[in-house]
Amino acid sequence: MPKDASGVLSEIKRSFIQEKLKSGFREDGRKLDEMRKITIDENYVPRAQGSAFVQLGKTKVIVGIKIESGAPFPDTPNLGVMTTNVEMLPMAFPTFEPGPPNEDSIEIARVVDRGIRESKMIDLEKLCIEPGKKVMIVFIDIDVIDFDGNIIDACTMGVVKALSFARYKPDPEGDELPVPINNHPISVTMVKIGNEILCDPNLEEEQMSNARITVTMTEDGKIRAMQKGNIGSFTLGQINEVIQMSERVGNGIREQILGEVR
Amino acid sequence: MGTPSDKKLIDENGLRLDGRGPDELRPIRIRTDVLERADGSAMIEWGGNKIIVAVYGPREAYPKHTQDIERAVIKARYNMAAFSVDERKRPGPDRRSVEISKVISEALTAAVMVEQFPRTQIDVFIEVVQADAGTRIASLTAASVALANAGIPMKDFVVGCTAGRVEGKVVLDLSKEEDNFGQADLPMAVLQKSGEVVLIQMDGELSKEEFDSAVAMIMDATKRIHEIQRNALVEKYQNIEAGGEE
Repeated sequence: MPKDASGVLSEIKRSFIQEKLKSGFREDGRKLDEMRKITIDENYVPRAQGSAFVQLGKTKVIVGIKIESGAPFPDTPNLGVMTTNVEMLPMAFPTFEPGPPNEDSIEIARVVDRGIRESKMIDLEKLCIEPGKKVMIVFIDIDVIDFDGNIIDACTMGVVKALSFARYKPDPEGDELPVPINNHPISVTMVKIGNEILCDPNLEEEQMSNARITVTMTEDGKIRAMQKGNIGSFTLGQINEVIQMSERVGNGIREQILGEVR
Repeated sequence: MGTPSDKKLIDENGLRLDGRGPDELRPIRIRTDVLERADGSAMIEWGGNKIIVAVYGPREAYPKHTQDIERAVIKARYNMAAFSVDERKRPGPDRRSVEISKVISEALTAAVMVEQFPRTQIDVFIEVVQADAGTRIASLTAASVALANAGIPMKDFVVGCTAGRVEGKVVLDLSKEEDNFGQADLPMAVLQKSGEVVLIQMDGELSKEEFDSAVAMIMDATKRIHEIQRNALVEKYQNIEAGGEE
């Protein structure tokens, strides 16, 4: 993950964060399992078939969904196709550069994609129009416009919200249909600082941690995707702890962002 | 320009599809400080256009061979989100966005006191979140506000608008349908105080008289648009006077 513009986190800030953690609180006053404030505007880009503007603390992402018809993959002739793409725009952070995605943004896109794909949130079978010939392709594109840590969760919740409202036309002349949806995956990303596990890290917490883990779960309590990142490690006990935290925190997020939809 | 269509773009009363008269602008709204990390930022909503602009700098120009020992280099990057248009756009720069980035950079260089910051670059990142005709001048209009918002010294504001010909009539601020099916498109941007033209492009077909009336319409409109730019910046300081952030 990138450092701040000068590339370092000051020693004084670092020890402040560590001291505060000992009392069970974080530098911004949150508890260890507390998310930052979440605001989601749905249908933010009316031209897209589904969209959402997510603010997770100071992190801001825009999710846009385009659904077009095309050919299926030869090995899955009966399934629609989904693709996920995350653009870490240079406007989001002083050291982000334009150009092809680097390994950080590829990892983020793949973790978001895996959570949505493996939970089978989109019923891809229903997006098949003519087996082997014509299926619907769901393009999920995400613009990261302001970066303050935890892109993965901001993106996942934006995608889930946008898909819940997305509509498509199987036939250009026909009626619009809602995208067929099976469930609502929520990812929770946690980092380890010292021996404490905390969720929804902001930029500074991301910088001073040496291990990160994302757990994506659906409302049936099943784990659908996991990804550990960075050079540090977790004990088995800590893995248990992060799964429990993911379920607890994830249920809260799902209730908050989708309460009225489901 | 686009292909002729059966759709009437101007009705018998001279009103356009969206109910505007010939010299009427679409609704425009500009806000500053929409991003936290950037040194300056602005968002413009102009009709269905939704564009975010971020400014970073002046900072050391990189790669080094792009440095100019006499002035700052303005590097605008115009980028359309994949979901900003009807048919998904493949992410990344294409020939059109490279050209637009260049003309925007050049227009802004005319307004910024670039000679105060030799060897540096000023990045202007433009993200078109939703496109609805006239994105380049909307971007430029917002970029100028974002530069001011970043506290970068400027001689003047850049403010732009388009005009064009639709069904034989000269109209201001083309909508998407008018852009697609109209007969001419003239985006233009000026320095607000001096009225000097810093961007002009045109495609389609205009007679000399039509060109003159299009330019007159644009010049009149830039005064109204500049008021909106100015208010966006004033609003920021009013908030501070009123005791802090919104």
